[in-house]
Amino acid sequence: MSRLSSNPALRLWSRSLPFQVVVTTLAAAIVILAATGWFLMEQSSRGIMAGKTQASVAEASAVVSNMQRDLSTTDLRTTSASERITRLAREATNRGLAGNQYFVVVETPIQKIGTGGLAPESIPDSIRESVGSGDGLWSTPTLIRFTDSRPDEPGLVVAATLQAPGQAPYPIFFLFSTSQEKATLAVVQQATLATGVFLLAGLTLTVYLIALQVLRPVRAARLAAEQLASGHLEDRMAVVGTEDLAGLARSMNHMAEELDKKITQLQNLSLVQQRFVSDVSHELRTPLTTIRMAAEVLHSHRDEFDAVSRRSTELLSAELDRFEGLLTDLLEISRFDAGAAQLALDYVDLTVLAGEEMAAQQRLAERTHTQLTLDSGGNCVAEVDGRRIRRVLRNLITNAIEHGEGRPITVYVRGDENAVAVAVRDHGVGFTAEEGSQVFNRFWRADPSRGRHVGGTGLGLSISLEDARLHGGRLDAWGSPGAGAQFRLTVPRKAAEELQGSPWPSVPPDAKVVLHA
Amino acid sequence: MSEAPRSAPPRILVVDDDEALAEMLHLVLGSEGFDAKLCHTGDAALEAFREYRPDLVLLDLMLPGRDGVDVCRDIRAESGVSIVMLTAKSDTIDVVDGLSAGADDYVAKPFKTQELIARIKTRLRRHITPEPDVDNLRIGDLVIRVNEHTVRRGENEIILTPLEFDLLLALARRPRQAFTREVLLEEVWGYRHASDTRLVNVHVQRLRSKIEKDPEKPEIIVTVRGVGYRAGEPRTPV
Repeated sequence: MSRLSSNPALRLWSRSLPFQVVVTTLAAAIVILAATGWFLMEQSSRGIMAGKTQASVAEASAVVSNMQRDLSTTDLRTTSASERITRLAREATNRGLAGNQYFVVVETPIQKIGTGGLAPESIPDSIRESVGSGDGLWSTPTLIRFTDSRPDEPGLVVAATLQAPGQAPYPIFFLFSTSQEKATLAVVQQATLATGVFLLAGLTLTVYLIALQVLRPVRAARLAAEQLASGHLEDRMAVVGTEDLAGLARSMNHMAEELDKKITQLQNLSLVQQRFVSDVSHELRTPLTTIRMAAEVLHSHRDEFDAVSRRSTELLSAELDRFEGLLTDLLEISRFDAGAAQLALDYVDLTVLAGEEMAAQQRLAERTHTQLTLDSGGNCVAEVDGRRIRRVLRNLITNAIEHGEGRPITVYVRGDENAVAVAVRDHGVGFTAEEGSQVFNRFWRADPSRGRHVGGTGLGLSISLEDARLHGGRLDAWGSPGAGAQFRLTVPRKAAEELQGSPWPSVPPDAKVVLHA
Repeated sequence: MSEAPRSAPPRILVVDDDEALAEMLHLVLGSEGFDAKLCHTGDAALEAFREYRPDLVLLDLMLPGRDGVDVCRDIRAESGVSIVMLTAKSDTIDVVDGLSAGADDYVAKPFKTQELIARIKTRLRRHITPEPDVDNLRIGDLVIRVNEHTVRRGENEIILTPLEFDLLLALARRPRQAFTREVLLEEVWGYRHASDTRLVNVHVQRLRSKIEKDPEKPEIIVTVRGVGYRAGEPRTPV
């Protein structure tokens, strides 16, 4: 992955579908165009050269047969063969030069007669050998060189033999210039190349546009999916284009509708739940109020009752408290579950809150001979819901008193730049790490056989955890059997800010001392 | 507003649709030395109020027919009588609705009898006992005549409920001092270790809407960030 991303082209390849399509098309097009171009050039060059060769051979053949006829009818008594040949060669040369058609070279054992200025290597050795081997006409391409300053020209050599009576055959060579044909071929080649380049550019652009056209609905689908993911369930794609694309849009829209329906259903359920909680609240609380007031009337007159009625009245009052606490906690939990809990934010000094809650639990602490100490440092003002934070602290403090075995309890309050933490440290029975993961579970109890002074509902820590989360904060539990426990509440200094860390360690600093001692 | 003679027991109108609870309240209030009258529907509440002229109304928030918030608004429209809501829903929005409609205080069900009686007594005492010490106080461009129980801006008297008057007085008595909401709760509502600052917030808003020229930019009751509220500087009315 890292290697991939180090190369920008590869990264583009792996990320951009249009890029992939364009590159693939381009590669295929280059191969096909190169093959076609080569074939085209080959065919035209072959055709043109074959035509030239044919014409040249026909021309040469005509000249040769003329010369041959002339030579055969020469009366060797009046003229020597070589003279005759020389004259014929001159004539042929002049004719060739007149039409700017060809050069002629006749090789006699004595001399070479022909067009002036021709370099002898213009006639390849291979054709010399061929011409010596028999009758007929031969042709081969060559490069016509000159002994003077004229530039080299591509050309064609046609070779034949002249048969003079009583003499060895004279080879005669016709050199036809093919410059014109080569020039034509060059033009064809240029045209082919230019066509190829235009084709490639056009093809690239077209393919790119097509890729975009195909991708547009895919992109629209992606955007629609992102909209859905971010909760805009009412967004729909436009159903347009070909069957496939319209189908994609239809499927996406169908999915969105189904999601929307499901979520609306769940929301309705949640609303029903909230409504139910609210109704239960009212319906249960009103009779409970009446019962409670009646119980209080009875309770205030309990001295006038006999022993059984008196104790019954006391039990009634005590259990009503418990019942009410349970009802309150249950409703609170239901509110969290329904997502109906709201924060009433205010700037609050958590040191002050902790101090007040400790003072409020002083009576309970005295009953178990527990010493409560407040240890505070730094600026501890945070934007919180004071009622909820009080409830959390009350819970943690009463919990610590209940499980603290009468040993001292310290409440640490610390603030740093981003967060404020309150940690309640006791030195009581503590708990194992396994139990520590369960303390926030609803109705969970460490040791069911243990007696309880405080009469908690078993929901206290669950509610505290929800309260902490509602603030965007956290609640951590640390415990060690025999070494006590620490519950640490951390809330961001400003509501809705993300929590980075905590100003107080999750494991109490004095814990190690206890473990080593 | 006419008040019952001092010697007669304070009158309390109980508006609650739950007959058992209403009867229980009647019993308890009677044994505490109050004169109580019951009303079971919201529709009849205003009529009962006009007829009975109570010193305090105990008002259930959820009533069949005209609900508690509406009844509260109706009564507030014609009287500054103390209104204490009884509510089964202590959720923010319900309580705030009731307080915004003009209720002075609220008691969440299920309440303890002593708690309710304490709330009632606080409200009645504030209502009956005039502040004895200083007579004329200035806050912002307002003049408070403590004995007269009046607030004036220049020549114009501003009508406040007794609770709003107490709240303004508490701030005006110690100008330049910032009050936390908790201190105000104790001074004005008689709460100790109270945590519900919504009472203060809602009533400050109501009070501002009556006394501030621009409640959006308060000059008489100023918010002190991170603390609470304080009185604005005394100024001569413009």
